[in-house]
Amino acid sequence: MKNKIVIENLTLQYSDGTESLNGISLEIPANATTVLFGPAGGGKSSLLRCLNRLNDLADVESVSGRILLDGEDILDLKMDVTALRRKVGMVFARPVVLPFSIRGNLTYGLELAGEKRKSRHDEAVERSLKLAALWEEVHDRLDDPAIALSGGQQQRLCLARSLALEPEVLLLDEPTSGLDPISTSKVEEALDELKKQYTVILVPHSVQQAARTSDYAAFFLQGKLIEYAPGTDIFTNPQHQRTEDYVTGRFG
Amino acid sequence: MEKDLNWREFLITRLIKFSGYSAIIFVSLIFFFLLKEGLPTLAEVPLGDLFSLRWYPIESRYGILPLITGSLLVTVGAGLIAVPFGIGTAIYLAEIAPRWVRNLLKPLVELLGGLPSVVLGFLGILILSPTLRVTLNLPTGLTALTGSLLLGGIAIPTVVSISEDALDAVPKSYRDAALALGATRWQTIWRVTLPAARSGVLTAVMLGVGRSIGETMTVMMVTGNAPVLATGLADLFSPVRTMTATIAAEMGEVANASTHYHVLFFIGMVLFLISLFVNVTASAIVFRQKKRAERILS
Repeated sequence: MKNKIVIENLTLQYSDGTESLNGISLEIPANATTVLFGPAGGGKSSLLRCLNRLNDLADVESVSGRILLDGEDILDLKMDVTALRRKVGMVFARPVVLPFSIRGNLTYGLELAGEKRKSRHDEAVERSLKLAALWEEVHDRLDDPAIALSGGQQQRLCLARSLALEPEVLLLDEPTSGLDPISTSKVEEALDELKKQYTVILVPHSVQQAARTSDYAAFFLQGKLIEYAPGTDIFTNPQHQRTEDYVTGRFG
Repeated sequence: MEKDLNWREFLITRLIKFSGYSAIIFVSLIFFFLLKEGLPTLAEVPLGDLFSLRWYPIESRYGILPLITGSLLVTVGAGLIAVPFGIGTAIYLAEIAPRWVRNLLKPLVELLGGLPSVVLGFLGILILSPTLRVTLNLPTGLTALTGSLLLGGIAIPTVVSISEDALDAVPKSYRDAALALGATRWQTIWRVTLPAARSGVLTAVMLGVGRSIGETMTVMMVTGNAPVLATGLADLFSPVRTMTATIAAEMGEVANASTHYHVLFFIGMVLFLISLFVNVTASAIVFRQKKRAERILS
Protein backbone atom coordinates (compact mmCIF):
# COMPACT_ATOMS: atom_id res chain seq x y z
CA MET A 1 0.00 0.00 0.00
CA LYS A 2 1.45 3.30 -1.13
CA ASN A 3 1.16 6.32 1.13
CA LYS A 4 0.04 9.43 -0.72
CA ILE A 5 0.32 11.84 2.19
CA VAL A 6 2.47 11.55 5.27
CA ILE A 7 1.84 13.96 8.13
CA GLU A 8 4.61 14.23 10.69
CA ASN A 9 4.07 15.79 14.09
CA LEU A 10 1.82 18.59 12.78
CA THR A 11 0.97 21.26 15.36
CA LEU A 12 -1.18 24.28 14.55
CA GLN A 13 -2.27 27.18 16.72
CA TYR A 14 -4.79 29.88 15.81
CA SER A 15 -4.05 33.38 16.99
CA ASP A 16 -7.15 33.54 19.18
CA GLY A 17 -6.11 30.27 20.83
CA THR A 18 -9.19 28.31 19.71
CA GLU A 19 -9.28 25.09 17.71
CA SER A 20 -5.79 23.78 17.05
CA LEU A 21 -3.90 20.64 16.14
CA ASN A 22 -1.55 18.96 18.54
CA GLY A 23 1.27 16.72 17.35
CA ILE A 24 -0.64 14.91 14.61
CA SER A 25 1.13 12.10 12.72
CA LEU A 26 -0.84 10.29 10.06
CA GLU A 27 -0.17 8.25 6.93
CA ILE A 28 -2.86 8.52 4.29
CA PRO A 29 -2.83 5.78 1.65
CA ALA A 30 -3.48 6.40 -2.05
CA ASN A 31 -6.62 5.15 -3.80
CA ALA A 32 -8.67 4.79 -0.64
CA THR A 33 -11.10 6.83 1.41
CA THR A 34 -9.67 8.10 4.66
CA VAL A 35 -12.22 9.51 7.06
CA LEU A 36 -11.41 12.14 9.70
CA PHE A 37 -14.14 12.08 12.34
CA GLY A 38 -14.90 13.18 15.86
CA PRO A 39 -16.90 15.85 17.71
CA ALA A 40 -16.95 19.48 16.56
CA GLY A 41 -13.87 21.55 17.29
CA GLY A 42 -11.57 18.56 17.14
CA GLY A 43 -9.35 19.92 14.38
CA LYS A 44 -10.68 17.91 11.43
CA SER A 45 -11.39 20.89 9.20
CA SER A 46 -8.17 22.58 10.27
CA LEU A 47 -6.20 19.53 9.20
CA LEU A 48 -8.08 19.37 5.91
CA ARG A 49 -7.35 23.04 5.26
CA CYS A 50 -3.65 22.46 5.93
CA LEU A 51 -3.54 19.90 3.16
CA ASN A 52 -4.25 22.50 0.46
CA ARG A 53 -2.83 25.42 2.43
CA LEU A 54 -6.20 27.15 2.58
CA ASN A 55 -5.27 28.01 6.15
CA ASP A 56 -2.76 30.49 4.79
CA LEU A 57 -5.41 33.20 4.88
CA ALA A 58 -6.79 32.36 8.32
CA ASP A 59 -5.46 33.78 11.55
CA VAL A 60 -2.90 31.07 12.11
CA GLU A 61 -0.40 31.83 14.84
CA SER A 62 2.07 29.03 14.18
CA VAL A 63 2.42 25.78 12.26
CA SER A 64 5.13 23.21 12.83
CA GLY A 65 5.79 19.71 11.60
CA ARG A 66 5.74 18.42 8.06
CA ILE A 67 3.12 17.37 5.52
CA LEU A 68 4.63 15.29 2.74
CA LEU A 69 2.66 14.91 -0.49
CA ASP A 70 4.44 12.33 -2.64
CA GLY A 71 7.51 13.02 -0.51
CA GLU A 72 7.43 16.80 -0.96
CA ASP A 73 6.85 19.06 2.05
CA ILE A 74 3.84 21.23 1.18
CA LEU A 75 4.31 23.48 4.22
CA ASP A 76 7.61 24.61 2.72
CA LEU A 77 7.53 28.35 2.04
CA LYS A 78 8.89 27.73 -1.45
CA MET A 79 5.90 25.52 -2.31
CA ASP A 80 3.83 26.78 -5.27
CA VAL A 81 0.49 27.04 -3.47
CA THR A 82 -1.54 27.52 -6.64
CA ALA A 83 -0.12 24.38 -8.22
CA LEU A 84 -0.70 22.52 -4.96
CA ARG A 85 -4.37 23.52 -4.92
CA ARG A 86 -4.79 22.23 -8.46
CA LYS A 87 -3.40 18.92 -7.32
CA VAL A 88 -5.44 18.84 -4.10
CA GLY A 89 -9.10 19.65 -4.82
CA MET A 90 -11.57 20.61 -2.13
CA VAL A 91 -15.35 20.47 -1.67
CA PHE A 92 -16.95 22.47 1.13
CA ALA A 93 -19.82 21.81 3.51
CA ARG A 94 -22.12 24.24 1.79
CA PRO A 95 -22.08 24.21 -2.01
CA VAL A 96 -20.53 27.43 -3.28
CA VAL A 97 -21.50 27.75 -6.91
CA LEU A 98 -19.81 30.69 -8.53
CA PRO A 99 -22.10 33.16 -10.30
CA PHE A 100 -21.57 31.62 -13.77
CA SER A 101 -23.32 28.99 -15.88
CA ILE A 102 -22.96 25.27 -15.10
CA ARG A 103 -20.33 24.97 -17.79
CA GLY A 104 -18.64 28.16 -16.58
CA ASN A 105 -18.28 26.75 -13.09
CA LEU A 106 -16.62 23.63 -14.45
CA THR A 107 -14.21 25.35 -16.82
CA TYR A 108 -13.29 28.12 -14.40
CA GLY A 109 -10.41 26.24 -12.82
CA LEU A 110 -9.08 25.24 -16.23
CA GLU A 111 -9.19 28.83 -17.47
CA LEU A 112 -7.32 29.93 -14.36
CA ALA A 113 -4.72 27.29 -15.11
CA GLY A 114 -4.31 28.79 -18.57
CA GLU A 115 -6.08 26.02 -20.53
CA LYS A 116 -7.78 27.74 -23.47
CA ARG A 117 -8.59 24.89 -25.86
CA LYS A 118 -12.35 24.46 -26.08
CA SER A 119 -12.10 20.77 -26.90
CA ARG A 120 -10.29 20.19 -23.61
CA HIS A 121 -12.97 22.20 -21.82
CA ASP A 122 -15.79 20.14 -23.32
CA GLU A 123 -13.98 16.93 -22.56
CA ALA A 124 -13.38 17.98 -18.93
CA VAL A 125 -17.01 19.08 -18.49
CA GLU A 126 -18.40 15.74 -19.64
CA ARG A 127 -15.85 13.62 -17.79
CA SER A 128 -16.19 15.45 -14.47
CA LEU A 129 -19.98 15.58 -14.58
CA LYS A 130 -20.14 11.85 -15.25
CA LEU A 131 -17.75 11.15 -12.38
CA ALA A 132 -19.87 13.27 -10.04
CA ALA A 133 -23.05 11.46 -11.19
CA LEU A 134 -24.58 14.68 -12.47
CA TRP A 135 -24.23 14.29 -16.26
CA GLU A 136 -27.64 12.64 -16.76
CA GLU A 137 -29.43 15.48 -14.98
CA VAL A 138 -27.78 18.51 -16.57
CA HIS A 139 -26.20 17.52 -19.89
CA ASP A 140 -28.94 19.28 -21.90
CA ARG A 141 -28.74 22.59 -20.00
CA LEU A 142 -25.08 23.27 -19.43
CA ASP A 143 -25.50 26.97 -20.13
CA ASP A 144 -28.15 27.56 -17.48
CA PRO A 145 -27.06 29.53 -14.43
CA ALA A 146 -25.60 27.14 -11.89
CA ILE A 147 -27.55 28.77 -9.09
CA ALA A 148 -30.76 27.33 -10.57
CA LEU A 149 -29.73 23.78 -9.60
CA SER A 150 -31.07 22.13 -6.46
CA GLY A 151 -28.88 21.92 -3.34
CA GLY A 152 -27.84 18.34 -4.01
CA GLN A 153 -27.07 19.08 -7.64
CA GLN A 154 -25.08 22.15 -6.64
CA GLN A 155 -22.95 20.07 -4.29
CA ARG A 156 -22.27 17.49 -6.99
CA LEU A 157 -21.44 20.38 -9.34
CA CYS A 158 -18.88 21.58 -6.80
CA LEU A 159 -17.48 18.06 -6.70
CA ALA A 160 -17.34 17.98 -10.49
CA ARG A 161 -15.69 21.39 -10.49
CA SER A 162 -12.83 20.02 -8.39
CA LEU A 163 -12.62 16.91 -10.56
CA ALA A 164 -12.39 18.95 -13.77
CA LEU A 165 -8.87 19.90 -12.73
CA GLU A 166 -7.92 16.23 -12.50
CA PRO A 167 -6.57 16.51 -8.96
CA GLU A 168 -4.71 13.68 -7.26
CA VAL A 169 -6.21 14.22 -3.83
CA LEU A 170 -9.79 15.17 -3.04
CA LEU A 171 -10.63 16.88 0.26
CA LEU A 172 -14.26 16.89 1.33
CA ASP A 173 -15.41 18.89 4.36
CA GLU A 174 -18.84 17.56 5.39
CA PRO A 175 -19.95 17.53 1.76
CA THR A 176 -23.40 16.14 2.49
CA SER A 177 -24.31 18.05 5.66
CA GLY A 178 -26.95 20.12 3.88
CA LEU A 179 -28.31 17.39 1.62
CA ASP A 180 -31.32 15.09 1.74
CA PRO A 181 -30.78 11.30 2.02
CA ILE A 182 -31.16 10.66 -1.72
CA SER A 183 -28.63 13.30 -2.71
CA THR A 184 -26.35 12.08 0.06
CA SER A 185 -26.34 8.54 -1.25
CA LYS A 186 -25.66 9.84 -4.77
CA VAL A 187 -22.63 11.76 -3.54
CA GLU A 188 -21.41 8.75 -1.54
CA GLU A 189 -21.78 6.47 -4.56
CA ALA A 190 -19.80 8.94 -6.63
CA LEU A 191 -17.07 9.02 -3.97
CA ASP A 192 -16.92 5.25 -3.88
CA GLU A 193 -16.27 5.28 -7.61
CA LEU A 194 -13.76 8.12 -7.33
CA LYS A 195 -11.45 6.49 -4.85
CA LYS A 196 -10.32 4.09 -7.57
CA GLN A 197 -8.54 7.01 -9.21
CA TYR A 198 -8.02 9.49 -6.41
CA THR A 199 -6.96 9.73 -2.81
CA VAL A 200 -10.12 10.75 -0.98
CA ILE A 201 -10.04 12.43 2.42
CA LEU A 202 -13.47 12.98 3.90
CA VAL A 203 -14.77 14.72 7.00
CA PRO A 204 -18.20 13.09 7.35
CA HIS A 205 -21.14 14.76 9.03
CA SER A 206 -22.13 11.71 11.07
CA VAL A 207 -20.60 8.57 12.56
CA GLN A 208 -22.89 6.52 10.31
CA GLN A 209 -21.45 8.14 7.23
CA ALA A 210 -17.95 7.62 8.58
CA ALA A 211 -18.66 3.92 9.02
CA ARG A 212 -20.29 3.62 5.58
CA THR A 213 -17.59 5.30 3.56
CA SER A 214 -14.27 4.71 5.28
CA ASP A 215 -11.42 2.45 4.27
CA TYR A 216 -9.35 4.06 6.99
CA ALA A 217 -10.60 6.24 9.80
CA ALA A 218 -8.92 8.67 12.17
CA PHE A 219 -10.68 9.77 15.35
CA PHE A 220 -9.93 13.33 16.49
CA LEU A 221 -10.71 14.80 19.87
CA GLN A 222 -9.78 18.35 20.90
CA GLY A 223 -6.90 18.66 18.47
CA LYS A 224 -5.42 15.26 19.17
CA LEU A 225 -5.43 12.12 17.06
CA ILE A 226 -6.81 9.44 19.37
CA GLU A 227 -6.95 6.44 17.10
CA TYR A 228 -6.18 5.59 13.48
CA ALA A 229 -7.12 2.23 12.01
CA PRO A 230 -8.85 0.55 9.07
CA GLY A 231 -12.54 1.46 9.04
CA THR A 232 -13.70 -2.08 9.63
CA ASP A 233 -11.71 -2.22 12.88
CA ILE A 234 -12.33 1.18 14.37
CA PHE A 235 -16.12 1.01 14.16
CA THR A 236 -16.46 -2.62 15.33
CA ASN A 237 -13.54 -3.02 17.67
CA PRO A 238 -12.13 0.31 18.84
CA GLN A 239 -8.96 0.15 20.91
CA HIS A 240 -9.49 3.31 22.95
CA GLN A 241 -12.24 3.97 25.46
CA ARG A 242 -12.89 7.48 24.08
CA THR A 243 -13.29 6.14 20.55
CA GLU A 244 -15.67 3.47 21.71
CA ASP A 245 -17.73 6.01 23.67
CA TYR A 246 -18.03 8.23 20.59
CA VAL A 247 -18.70 5.45 18.08
CA THR A 248 -21.39 3.91 20.25
CA GLY A 249 -22.99 7.28 20.75
CA ARG A 250 -22.23 7.76 24.42
CA PHE A 251 -21.06 11.33 23.75
CA GLY A 252 -20.65 13.71 20.82
CA MET B 1 -50.52 55.77 33.37
CA GLU B 2 -51.95 53.72 30.52
CA LYS B 3 -53.34 56.80 28.89
CA ASP B 4 -50.07 58.68 29.34
CA LEU B 5 -48.20 55.93 27.52
CA ASN B 6 -50.65 55.95 24.62
CA TRP B 7 -50.28 59.68 24.26
CA ARG B 8 -46.49 59.44 24.11
CA GLU B 9 -46.69 56.58 21.64
CA PHE B 10 -48.95 58.69 19.43
CA LEU B 11 -46.64 61.68 19.58
CA ILE B 12 -43.48 59.72 18.84
CA THR B 13 -44.89 57.81 15.89
CA ARG B 14 -46.23 61.05 14.41
CA LEU B 15 -42.86 62.74 14.82
CA ILE B 16 -41.06 59.89 13.11
CA LYS B 17 -43.61 59.86 10.34
CA PHE B 18 -43.17 63.59 9.84
CA SER B 19 -39.38 63.22 9.64
CA GLY B 20 -39.86 60.59 6.98
CA TYR B 21 -42.18 62.71 4.88
CA SER B 22 -40.14 65.88 5.36
CA ALA B 23 -37.46 64.66 2.93
CA ILE B 24 -40.09 64.39 0.22
CA ILE B 25 -41.51 67.80 1.13
CA PHE B 26 -38.10 69.49 1.02
CA VAL B 27 -37.10 67.95 -2.28
CA SER B 28 -40.33 68.96 -3.94
CA LEU B 29 -40.15 72.49 -2.46
CA ILE B 30 -36.61 72.89 -3.78
CA PHE B 31 -37.64 71.54 -7.15
CA PHE B 32 -40.63 73.88 -7.43
CA PHE B 33 -38.56 76.87 -6.37
CA LEU B 34 -35.91 76.02 -8.98
CA LEU B 35 -38.59 75.70 -11.64
CA LYS B 36 -40.29 78.93 -10.62
CA GLU B 37 -37.08 80.96 -10.76
CA GLY B 38 -35.40 79.12 -13.63
CA LEU B 39 -38.15 78.57 -16.17
CA PRO B 40 -38.67 82.30 -17.01
CA THR B 41 -35.25 82.02 -18.69
CA LEU B 42 -36.86 80.19 -21.57
CA ALA B 43 -39.12 83.18 -22.19
CA GLU B 44 -36.36 85.78 -21.80
CA VAL B 45 -33.43 84.17 -23.62
CA PRO B 46 -33.86 82.47 -27.02
CA LEU B 47 -32.81 78.80 -26.94
CA GLY B 48 -30.15 79.41 -29.58
CA ASP B 49 -28.48 82.00 -27.35
CA LEU B 50 -28.79 79.84 -24.28
CA PHE B 51 -26.86 77.02 -25.87
CA SER B 52 -24.30 79.27 -27.56
CA LEU B 53 -20.64 79.39 -26.68
CA ARG B 54 -20.30 82.70 -24.98
CA TRP B 55 -20.99 83.38 -21.31
CA TYR B 56 -20.76 87.11 -20.75
CA PRO B 57 -23.76 88.20 -18.65
CA ILE B 58 -22.86 91.91 -18.60
CA GLU B 59 -23.44 92.05 -22.35
CA SER B 60 -26.46 89.78 -22.04
CA ARG B 61 -24.65 86.78 -23.49
CA TYR B 62 -25.98 83.75 -21.69
CA GLY B 63 -24.40 80.75 -23.45
CA ILE B 64 -24.27 78.00 -20.82
CA LEU B 65 -22.64 75.38 -23.04
CA PRO B 66 -19.06 76.16 -21.88
CA LEU B 67 -20.21 75.83 -18.27
CA ILE B 68 -21.79 72.42 -18.91
CA THR B 69 -18.73 71.10 -20.71
CA GLY B 70 -16.53 72.60 -18.00
CA SER B 71 -18.42 70.72 -15.31
CA LEU B 72 -18.42 67.50 -17.33
CA LEU B 73 -14.71 67.74 -18.11
CA VAL B 74 -13.71 68.28 -14.50
CA THR B 75 -16.05 65.51 -13.35
CA VAL B 76 -14.85 63.01 -15.94
CA GLY B 77 -11.26 63.83 -14.99
CA ALA B 78 -12.09 63.36 -11.32
CA GLY B 79 -13.82 60.07 -12.10
CA LEU B 80 -10.81 58.79 -14.04
CA ILE B 81 -8.73 59.44 -10.93
CA ALA B 82 -11.16 58.48 -8.18
CA VAL B 83 -12.57 55.24 -9.62
CA PRO B 84 -9.37 53.22 -10.16
CA PHE B 85 -7.71 54.67 -7.07
CA GLY B 86 -10.78 54.30 -4.88
CA ILE B 87 -11.55 50.74 -5.94
CA GLY B 88 -7.88 49.85 -5.67
CA THR B 89 -7.75 51.17 -2.13
CA ALA B 90 -10.97 49.35 -1.27
CA ILE B 91 -9.56 46.07 -2.61
CA TYR B 92 -6.38 46.57 -0.63
CA LEU B 93 -8.34 47.29 2.54
CA ALA B 94 -10.84 44.47 2.16
CA GLU B 95 -8.70 41.72 0.66
CA ILE B 96 -5.02 42.26 1.18
CA ALA B 97 -4.23 44.48 4.15
CA PRO B 98 -3.54 42.84 7.50
CA ARG B 99 -6.21 43.57 10.08
CA TRP B 100 -4.28 46.23 11.98
CA VAL B 101 -3.50 48.18 8.81
CA ARG B 102 -7.14 48.06 7.87
CA ASN B 103 -8.25 49.23 11.31
CA LEU B 104 -5.89 52.18 10.96
CA LEU B 105 -6.48 53.06 7.31
CA LYS B 106 -10.24 52.92 7.09
CA PRO B 107 -10.91 55.62 9.73
CA LEU B 108 -8.21 57.75 8.13
CA VAL B 109 -9.83 57.46 4.70
CA GLU B 110 -13.16 58.40 6.23
CA LEU B 111 -11.53 61.36 7.95
CA LEU B 112 -10.28 62.47 4.53
CA GLY B 113 -13.89 62.39 3.39
CA GLY B 114 -14.84 64.81 6.15
CA LEU B 115 -12.20 67.38 5.21
CA PRO B 116 -13.86 70.73 4.31
CA SER B 117 -13.46 71.32 0.58
CA VAL B 118 -12.25 74.88 1.16
CA VAL B 119 -9.18 73.46 2.88
CA LEU B 120 -8.47 71.31 -0.14
CA GLY B 121 -8.92 74.42 -2.26
CA PHE B 122 -6.18 76.14 -0.25
CA LEU B 123 -3.81 73.28 -0.89
CA GLY B 124 -4.78 73.42 -4.55
CA ILE B 125 -3.98 77.11 -4.90
CA LEU B 126 -0.83 77.13 -2.82
CA ILE B 127 0.80 73.83 -3.70
CA LEU B 128 -0.84 71.90 -6.51
CA SER B 129 -1.37 74.64 -9.08
CA PRO B 130 2.17 76.15 -8.91
CA THR B 131 3.63 72.65 -9.10
CA LEU B 132 1.52 71.80 -12.14
CA ARG B 133 2.37 75.08 -13.85
CA VAL B 134 6.09 74.48 -13.44
CA THR B 135 6.25 70.76 -14.17
CA LEU B 136 3.89 70.80 -17.16
CA ASN B 137 5.14 74.20 -18.36
CA LEU B 138 1.65 75.74 -18.57
CA PRO B 139 0.77 79.46 -18.75
CA THR B 140 -1.34 79.02 -15.61
CA GLY B 141 -1.70 76.31 -12.97
CA LEU B 142 -5.41 77.02 -12.52
CA THR B 143 -6.75 74.42 -14.94
CA ALA B 144 -9.40 71.75 -15.24
CA LEU B 145 -6.73 69.20 -14.36
CA THR B 146 -6.07 70.91 -11.05
CA GLY B 147 -9.79 70.74 -10.29
CA SER B 148 -9.98 67.11 -11.39
CA LEU B 149 -7.10 66.10 -9.16
CA LEU B 150 -8.64 67.75 -6.12
CA LEU B 151 -12.14 66.53 -6.87
CA GLY B 152 -10.73 63.05 -7.34
CA GLY B 153 -9.28 63.40 -3.87
CA ILE B 154 -12.67 64.44 -2.56
CA ALA B 155 -14.49 61.56 -4.26
CA ILE B 156 -11.99 58.84 -3.32
CA PRO B 157 -13.11 58.46 0.33
CA THR B 158 -16.72 57.99 -0.79
CA VAL B 159 -15.72 55.38 -3.36
CA VAL B 160 -13.38 53.60 -0.94
CA SER B 161 -15.74 53.50 1.98
CA ILE B 162 -18.76 52.17 0.11
CA SER B 163 -16.99 49.70 -2.15
CA GLU B 164 -14.98 48.36 0.80
CA ASP B 165 -18.25 47.64 2.59
CA ALA B 166 -19.53 45.86 -0.51
CA LEU B 167 -16.36 43.76 -0.90
CA ASP B 168 -16.38 42.93 2.78
CA ALA B 169 -19.95 41.64 2.48
CA VAL B 170 -18.97 38.97 -0.09
CA PRO B 171 -19.11 35.62 1.76
CA LYS B 172 -15.74 34.12 2.66
CA SER B 173 -16.88 30.84 1.11
CA TYR B 174 -16.65 32.39 -2.38
CA ARG B 175 -12.99 33.17 -1.83
CA ASP B 176 -12.29 29.73 -0.38
CA ALA B 177 -13.96 28.08 -3.34
CA ALA B 178 -11.97 30.07 -5.90
CA LEU B 179 -8.68 29.59 -4.05
CA ALA B 180 -9.28 25.87 -3.67
CA LEU B 181 -9.64 25.67 -7.46
CA GLY B 182 -6.14 27.02 -7.85
CA ALA B 183 -6.98 30.67 -8.43
CA THR B 184 -4.30 33.10 -7.37
CA ARG B 185 -5.22 35.87 -5.02
CA TRP B 186 -5.49 38.36 -7.84
CA GLN B 187 -7.62 36.00 -9.96
CA THR B 188 -9.92 35.50 -6.99
CA ILE B 189 -10.31 39.24 -6.51
CA TRP B 190 -10.77 40.10 -10.18
CA ARG B 191 -12.95 37.19 -11.28
CA VAL B 192 -14.98 36.34 -8.16
CA THR B 193 -14.97 38.89 -5.34
CA LEU B 194 -15.26 42.04 -7.42
CA PRO B 195 -18.07 40.72 -9.68
CA ALA B 196 -19.94 39.49 -6.62
CA ALA B 197 -19.74 42.97 -5.08
CA ARG B 198 -20.61 44.62 -8.39
CA SER B 199 -23.75 46.49 -7.39
CA GLY B 200 -22.19 47.96 -4.26
CA VAL B 201 -19.10 49.06 -6.15
CA LEU B 202 -21.27 50.66 -8.82
CA THR B 203 -23.22 52.57 -6.18
CA ALA B 204 -19.91 53.77 -4.76
CA VAL B 205 -18.79 55.04 -8.16
CA MET B 206 -22.08 56.83 -8.78
CA LEU B 207 -22.05 58.51 -5.38
CA GLY B 208 -18.44 59.55 -5.94
CA VAL B 209 -19.28 61.04 -9.33
CA GLY B 210 -22.33 62.73 -7.84
CA ARG B 211 -20.16 64.26 -5.17
CA SER B 212 -17.70 65.63 -7.75
CA ILE B 213 -20.27 67.17 -10.04
CA GLY B 214 -21.94 69.00 -7.16
CA GLU B 215 -18.72 70.19 -5.55
CA THR B 216 -18.37 73.98 -5.71
CA MET B 217 -15.81 75.55 -3.46
CA THR B 218 -12.70 73.68 -4.57
CA VAL B 219 -13.35 74.00 -8.29
CA MET B 220 -14.12 77.68 -7.95
CA MET B 221 -10.75 78.18 -6.28
CA VAL B 222 -8.56 76.21 -8.65
CA THR B 223 -10.04 75.89 -12.14
CA GLY B 224 -9.38 79.44 -13.30
CA ASN B 225 -13.06 80.20 -14.03
CA ALA B 226 -12.68 80.96 -17.74
CA PRO B 227 -15.92 80.06 -19.52
CA VAL B 228 -14.32 78.50 -22.59
CA LEU B 229 -15.88 75.57 -24.43
CA ALA B 230 -14.09 72.33 -23.62
CA THR B 231 -14.11 69.97 -26.59
CA GLY B 232 -11.94 67.10 -25.43
CA LEU B 233 -9.68 65.73 -22.76
CA ALA B 234 -6.86 67.96 -24.09
CA ASP B 235 -8.70 70.90 -22.56
CA LEU B 236 -7.81 69.48 -19.15
CA PHE B 237 -4.74 71.69 -19.33
CA SER B 238 -6.60 74.95 -19.82
CA PRO B 239 -8.81 76.90 -17.41
CA VAL B 240 -12.52 76.06 -17.35
CA ARG B 241 -15.52 77.24 -15.44
CA THR B 242 -18.06 74.87 -13.95
CA MET B 243 -21.79 75.36 -13.45
CA THR B 244 -21.50 75.26 -9.67
CA ALA B 245 -18.70 77.82 -9.57
CA THR B 246 -20.67 80.16 -11.84
CA ILE B 247 -23.69 80.10 -9.57
CA ALA B 248 -21.60 80.56 -6.44
CA ALA B 249 -19.56 83.42 -7.89
CA GLU B 250 -22.35 85.42 -9.50
CA MET B 251 -25.39 84.83 -7.33
CA GLY B 252 -24.28 87.38 -4.74
CA GLU B 253 -24.10 90.26 -7.20
CA VAL B 254 -27.00 89.63 -9.52
CA ALA B 255 -30.07 91.88 -9.54
CA ASN B 256 -33.09 90.06 -8.17
CA ALA B 257 -35.51 88.76 -10.86
CA SER B 258 -33.29 89.95 -13.69
CA THR B 259 -32.59 87.76 -16.70
CA HIS B 260 -29.13 86.93 -15.38
CA TYR B 261 -30.75 85.83 -12.09
CA HIS B 262 -33.16 83.55 -13.93
CA VAL B 263 -30.37 82.02 -16.02
CA LEU B 264 -28.41 81.20 -12.88
CA PHE B 265 -31.42 79.29 -11.59
CA PHE B 266 -31.74 77.62 -14.95
CA ILE B 267 -28.16 76.38 -14.55
CA GLY B 268 -29.19 75.04 -11.16
CA MET B 269 -32.01 73.13 -12.88
CA VAL B 270 -29.59 71.62 -15.38
CA LEU B 271 -27.33 70.56 -12.53
CA PHE B 272 -30.28 69.05 -10.72
CA LEU B 273 -31.28 67.10 -13.83
CA ILE B 274 -27.74 65.79 -14.34
CA SER B 275 -27.46 64.44 -10.81
CA LEU B 276 -30.98 63.03 -11.07
CA PHE B 277 -29.91 61.26 -14.27
CA VAL B 278 -26.80 59.83 -12.60
CA ASN B 279 -28.81 58.57 -9.64
CA VAL B 280 -31.61 57.08 -11.71
CA THR B 281 -29.12 55.32 -14.01
CA ALA B 282 -27.28 53.87 -11.04
CA SER B 283 -30.36 52.57 -9.28
CA ALA B 284 -31.74 51.23 -12.57
CA ILE B 285 -28.59 49.17 -13.10
CA VAL B 286 -28.54 47.91 -9.52
CA PHE B 287 -32.25 47.17 -9.65
CA ARG B 288 -31.95 45.27 -12.92
CA GLN B 289 -29.23 43.08 -11.48
CA LYS B 290 -31.32 42.36 -8.42
CA LYS B 291 -34.28 41.42 -10.57
CA ARG B 292 -32.12 39.04 -12.55
CA ALA B 293 -30.77 37.39 -9.40
CA GLU B 294 -34.30 37.02 -8.03
CA ARG B 295 -35.55 35.51 -11.24
CA ILE B 296 -32.80 32.93 -11.23
CA LEU B 297 -33.36 32.06 -7.59
CA SER B 298 -37.10 31.60 -7.84
